[in-house]
Amino acid sequence: MNWSDLLSLTAGELIAPTTAAYALAAIGLNIHFGFTGLLNMGQAGFMLVGAYGFAATAQAGQGFPLSALVGVACSVVFALILGIPTLKLRGDYLAIVTISAAEIVRLIGRSSVLSDITNGAAGIPASRFNKDFLGLSVLPDGRTALGPFSYANNVGDGWWTRIVAWAAVLLAVLLVWRLMSSPWGRVLKGIREDEDAVRSLGKSVYGYKMQALVLGGAMAGFAGILFVMPASVQPDAMGRSMTFFIWTILLLGGAATLWGPVIGSMIFFVALMFIKTVMRDVLPSVLRPEQLEPLAGILVGITLMLLVIFRPQGIFGDKKELMLDVR
Amino acid sequence: MSAELSSPTPLAQTAAQALAGVSPEPGVAKPDPIIVADDVVRRFGGMTAVDVRHLEVQRGAITALIGPNGAGKTTLFNLLTGFDKPNSGNWEFNGRRLNGVSAGRVARAGMVRTFQLTKALSRLTVLQNMQLGATKQPGEGFFTSLVKPLWAAREQEITTQAEELLVRFKLDAKSDDFAGSLSGGQRKLLEMARALMAKPELVMLDEPMAGVNPALTQSLLGHIQTVRDEGTTVLFVEHDMQMVRRIADWVVVMAEGKIVAEGPPSAVMENPAVVDAYLGAHHDTDLGDESVMAEGVLEQLEAEEATE
Ligand SMILES: Nc1ncnc2c1ncn2[C@@H]1O[C@H](COP(=O)(O)OP(=O)(O)OP(=O)(O)O)[C@@H](O)[C@H]1O
Ligand SMILES: [Mg+2]
Repeated sequence: MNWSDLLSLTAGELIAPTTAAYALAAIGLNIHFGFTGLLNMGQAGFMLVGAYGFAATAQAGQGFPLSALVGVACSVVFALILGIPTLKLRGDYLAIVTISAAEIVRLIGRSSVLSDITNGAAGIPASRFNKDFLGLSVLPDGRTALGPFSYANNVGDGWWTRIVAWAAVLLAVLLVWRLMSSPWGRVLKGIREDEDAVRSLGKSVYGYKMQALVLGGAMAGFAGILFVMPASVQPDAMGRSMTFFIWTILLLGGAATLWGPVIGSMIFFVALMFIKTVMRDVLPSVLRPEQLEPLAGILVGITLMLLVIFRPQGIFGDKKELMLDVR
Repeated sequence: MSAELSSPTPLAQTAAQALAGVSPEPGVAKPDPIIVADDVVRRFGGMTAVDVRHLEVQRGAITALIGPNGAGKTTLFNLLTGFDKPNSGNWEFNGRRLNGVSAGRVARAGMVRTFQLTKALSRLTVLQNMQLGATKQPGEGFFTSLVKPLWAAREQEITTQAEELLVRFKLDAKSDDFAGSLSGGQRKLLEMARALMAKPELVMLDEPMAGVNPALTQSLLGHIQTVRDEGTTVLFVEHDMQMVRRIADWVVVMAEGKIVAEGPPSAVMENPAVVDAYLGAHHDTDLGDESVMAEGVLEQLEAEEATE
């Protein structure tokens, strides 16, 4: 096995746009679940809606800022539609509604109903919508190498996308820090602990839950835009397993922590790439290539189970804090 | 028992004086009511949990709501504070109709309640629990929260107020601990202190003394009187008749959803309807301290039992 290949492949995942997109989506889910206690089981749906909104606007020839705004706005509307009927009900209803809504979006996306916009199951290739985004790049054309990282500057999977993606992640972390150390964040955490207690103190719980759902959903919308930038809007790549990965990342890093979703995403994708690469090298005699992907998925599932059993608070979480649940 | 409690404060006297001329009968009108409720009915299936014809709660007084288990006290609290919806009925708080108003609005109108089963916010610190109780914090708005100078000054005031209350409730040493690490009694104290953060006009306490140790109960009673003396009306549910007798200016008795008696503590405890509600229906009910009931009543009761 070629060790330097293995290293540069796995290290590349650290700063990959996909890693950033997942980190941002996990930050959004952290606002939902970690801070407010909302069970959103369809974060990938928010991403897909954002990606479609963005791609459709960009294809129509609008610039990146407007297209991104439309994409995020679509996710916000999605959040409102899901939140209005469910946030007054018990927590499980939101879980059921989000998981089905995400599936509905994906199924409509891959069907031929709206194929003018979505291009059906084939999806929309990035070349149709990322020109304006890449045109905004401040980098010169060409290729840049930094340590083990060597990418073209201004292509979908290049430096410019990475820079914008990670800048967005940092901005989101900063925003979460500001919000969660403010009285607004205190109300959210109160709602997570006991809605009725917060209600008895005169706060409009429904309004706060809606704000949290919309904010986390908007972050997922932008994450969706970042996710499709290097490749394409592929509905089947943004389904249940994506939601499941985002949850894994959040629990891995630690819910209700500031950096948990970011570090969780990095560790998740580095580990996944490591496993896949090693398996590809070691197991070709036993497994056919198309069997590798599901096997990696199984390993992720096992990791998640072990995590929940042995380190439920995640990497950054405070075990003491978690113990309080068990009264 | 303790000197501070037995010597009534001037305000206690005014509250008692205001109620002095009120005749002790169910649903009687008060000179200055803060709550007026009419025909409030709540049914669970075929069972009528609350059926209150008319109830007035005097402003500035401590009113105790007593009654056997399952009498509908908590349900009445839930209805009045917007946590439950009645089948029929309406009520006013400060002259403002409050039926159909959401729980958050009711609290903002100045009517804050605590829960029989304590609701401490476990993974918030004791201090954060307190801060959450405060009102008029602009930093609780999404956009203002982003700009700290807009809310830092108010936060400072809130923190000072919270720390003072925590000292009063002997929780100051726990200020930075998670509320989930508090004992049951400490949670009761925290919840009451938290309710007071909003400086409510009316505070409704559902069994504030349950699970609090006797030594602390003394000071808790003192706190409740202080709260009243500072101008807050108190309505509280309590099973311990001694407590009720000691601090209540007025007692309302519920049984099977209805208000069966009202009056000053001493009069109510001797009321046959009350004895009936407690002992008649449940002869095996343990009232705790027997000396609570006036001796004459007990004798009478024993005599009744003997003739049966
Ligand atoms: N959610 C509910 N569903 C069905 N029945 C209920 C519900 N809540 C209360 N009840 C019934 O209503 C009646 C009154 O209950 P409530 O909790 O108001 O009593 P309480 O006076 O507070 O009693 P306690 O002193 O034991 O706290 C009880 O018989 C109870 O079983
Ligand atoms: Mg009760």
